[in-house]
Amino acid sequence: MTKPLSAGDRVRIAAVNPPGHRRTPFYIRGKIGVIERACGEFANPEELGHGFDGMPKKRLYRVRFKQTDLWQNYRGGPGDTVDVDVYEHWLQPLPAQSSGQGERA
Amino acid sequence: MSEDHDHDHSHDHDHAHDHAHDHGTPHPLAPEDNSPPGRYELMIMAIRDLMIEKNLITAEQVRKGFETLDSWQPARGAQIVARAWTDPAYKARLLADGNEAIADFGINMGGAKLTVVENTESVQNVIVCTLCSCYPRAVLGLPPDWYRSKAYRARVVVEPRAVVKELGLEIPDDVAIRVHDSLADLRYLVIPRRPAGTEGWNEAQLAAIVTRDCMVGVANPQVA
Repeated sequence: MTKPLSAGDRVRIAAVNPPGHRRTPFYIRGKIGVIERACGEFANPEELGHGFDGMPKKRLYRVRFKQTDLWQNYRGGPGDTVDVDVYEHWLQPLPAQSSGQGERA
Repeated sequence: MSEDHDHDHSHDHDHAHDHAHDHGTPHPLAPEDNSPPGRYELMIMAIRDLMIEKNLITAEQVRKGFETLDSWQPARGAQIVARAWTDPAYKARLLADGNEAIADFGINMGGAKLTVVENTESVQNVIVCTLCSCYPRAVLGLPPDWYRSKAYRARVVVEPRAVVKELGLEIPDDVAIRVHDSLADLRYLVIPRRPAGTEGWNEAQLAAIVTRDCMVGVANPQVA
């Protein structure tokens, strides 16, 4: 298991495209978000989906993305966000940012 | 379908099932479905028949399973919201640990984790599952067709304001839209804002205005 992350930590979603049953949507791959909360550990559904036992368990997080970081020409306010449930093995921790983004959530 | 119906649909089931939709296979219970069964539907029927043949389950248990699923209605979620509106301590518990708080109503999320999000004067929460149709069945029953539609799932993360407007809800520019993409082991329930004009109402009166779509976040409660 990876080192636990906390609310406010900045992360980048892995920009990879592995085959198989994957739970991380394409629209956030490679994008930067902020951990909104840690949700505990769950059997890995990407393994369960292929008939394996899902062990070892994976940490699950809610990651918050600014809509304007996800879509070009997003029509809506700068406060609009998407929170996505993402498993730890998709997350690349980033250094804290002083601009304040890391202080949200 | 197994005889254990206390849980929300397992992910394997939800996803395998809904991937079948993606490949053009209709829901096995859809009344307008006259097409030949698809691959997953055939597998489900074959497994069910084998399990009955081997005396692992009975046909009656399968029927009861669907009956139980159909008995889960949005009124279950509405009573939870009504209590949260009238009891701040309960709302705090609900926001902290949904599974623990809904046990007060005898509702069990099974393996999924209920995450409750609250609308405020500056935030409107909207729920979607872009992957399939993950939905808090234990508190809202089966998801509506629009929630399962590809159009809603694809569009609400990209242009949520346009989508909710088409559903009749205009979100002011100074209110942020917070979309929640339910893809994993979490299920979401929205606590809408309690409307003005409901002062002094009891829980039952309040629950009556908390409709299903309010708890998905694409509508807000109305006082007639």
